[in-house]
Amino acid sequence: MSPAVRQPPGARAIVEGDRRALAQTISAVEDGDPTAAPILRALYPRTGRVPIVGLTGPLGVGKSSLLNALIGHLRAAGKTVGVVAVDPSSPFTGGSVLGDRIRLERKPDDDGIFFRSMASRGEAGGVAAATREVTRLLEAAGYDVLFVETVGSGQVDVAIRDIASTSVVVLVPHLGDEVQTLKAGLFEIADVFCVNKADLPGADLAAKDLGELVALGTGRDGWAPVIVPTSTTTPSGIAELWTAVLAHESFLDRSGHRAERERARLRAEVAERVRDRVGREVADRLEQDPELRRLLDRVVARQLDPAGAADELYRAHYGRR
Amino acid sequence: MVRRGRSGPIRVLIAKPGLDGHDRGAKVVARALRDAGMEVIYAGLRQTPEEVVRAALEEDVDLIGLSILSGAHMALFPRILELLRAQKAARIPVFAGGIIPDEDARKLKKAGIKAIFGPGTSLQEIVTTAQRLARGGA
Ligand code: B12
Ligand SMILES: Nc1nc2c(ncn2[C@@H]2O[C@H](COP(=O)(O)OP(=O)(O)OP(=O)(O)O)[C@@H](O)[C@H]2O)c(=O)[nH]1
Ligand SMILES: [Mg+2]
Repeated sequence: MSPAVRQPPGARAIVEGDRRALAQTISAVEDGDPTAAPILRALYPRTGRVPIVGLTGPLGVGKSSLLNALIGHLRAAGKTVGVVAVDPSSPFTGGSVLGDRIRLERKPDDDGIFFRSMASRGEAGGVAAATREVTRLLEAAGYDVLFVETVGSGQVDVAIRDIASTSVVVLVPHLGDEVQTLKAGLFEIADVFCVNKADLPGADLAAKDLGELVALGTGRDGWAPVIVPTSTTTPSGIAELWTAVLAHESFLDRSGHRAERERARLRAEVAERVRDRVGREVADRLEQDPELRRLLDRVVARQLDPAGAADELYRAHYGRR
Repeated sequence: MVRRGRSGPIRVLIAKPGLDGHDRGAKVVARALRDAGMEVIYAGLRQTPEEVVRAALEEDVDLIGLSILSGAHMALFPRILELLRAQKAARIPVFAGGIIPDEDARKLKKAGIKAIFGPGTSLQEIVTTAQRLARGGA
């Protein structure tokens, strides 16, 4: 790092491996604290290179247990691992019980793992608003592989697609009907299917059924999702699961899809940030700016429809053409 | 439930150190704190003191809650306080509950545990105490 590059102290501490600084900056990012912005900015050039593996799937299928098994596998190979595990916030109280950590087993002095539980804080889609930026902090802190465990819900949470480089959809035997309802979402997001709890009866059948479903699909971007049976209790299939993840990662590089996807995501992220800000600004001004108040009054009085008002406002204040 | 110096919800770690399988109380307390709007990291059973402290620092919590019904509190609680001090994290308050005789509770409070609650304590009292401690109250 050239000394000419000035970084806020938080950023330097994170790069140098200060775990407290990392933990506290994650909190600041979650809270939308303005102190986080310069740190994220300083660290951004250090990001975008490591695999980010998403683990998603219905409640209780074994995502956290698999995460623990994969962490063990990677630590044995000398890789360091950063984790964000998301659980839902109550829409009523905002509170949350974050329980994914229960499954984590590690050697007491192992600094090669950073595990962070995160509440979804009102965000739909299975991750929190801060999840993506927290993966960037973890990467800048030097972790070799990142995992994101999504909220376990009935639906497959598709927001993980915008964060993970490889998405693993975890299922269990006897999810028959559930698989049917998940089908559309499944094909959009699964790079790897994991049929966990393969120690239970019915796993072969589930893998076979899934195989037939996969065969029906064309496969996204020329990649046919791989199906891996696993069990975290036996344990079995963990090395195979990791091999499947790596196969997808190398497919991304070989095919050029990694760069393409990254560009599309960043485009979406920039657009989303602009949309958020403009949206908030417009909402404020519709009440504060007298001219815009009159516009809103006309909508309330049913003299102008909302689309017409938006059109007028956009052309007057944002349109360039 | 705004945390000290931050705009987000209070974050609390609830852990059961030692070889103690009684987890009902810890779960009841975790849910009560959640219902009061806090983010509760439930670390589960059989945590070593090292694991408790590591989790507290990684999760950047405002408060640590320990639950023990096995009788091992006199060994485990002081060790956790000691590890927190060694990590320069003694400002994170620790409170506790379970089966802890009054005599022990007095000693543990002297050692730095902020509050200790036995069977039958109302959840409201626990929530109020958690809020006060997480905001930096004594
Ligand atoms: C239910 C129970 C069990 C269940 C546990 C089920 C479970 N998953 O939790 C089972 C049957 C498995 C069990 C087993 C054993 N038990 Co048992 N068990 C009890 C019993 C009857 C009730 C505990 C309970 O769940 N209470 C309900 C919850 C809600 O209350 P609580 O945990 O006290 O929590 C409240 C407060 O303490 C406080 N609190 C608790 N934790 C925390 C944490 C924080 C941060 C805060 C702020 C507050 C707080 O707030 C809660 C709400 O008020 C107690 C006796 C008793 N009356 O306490 C014995 C008791 C705890 N068991 C005891 C023993 C000895 C055992 C066994 C070793 C064998 C045996 N003799 O039965 C095994 C060991 C199990 C193991 N692996 O560790 C003894 C412990 C003796 C001691 N410490 O000196 C007790 C006290 C019975 C006795 N009088 O001998 N037990
Ligand atoms: N039989 C069997 N049980 C398993 C296996 N993997 C996990 N489990 C059990 O399944 C339950 C849920 O496991 P978790 O790892 O917490 O599942 P999860 O998907 O992370 O759950 P949520 O985060 O709550 O959605 C636990 O009781 C595990 O012990 C497995 O391979 N076989
Ligand atoms: Mg989980």
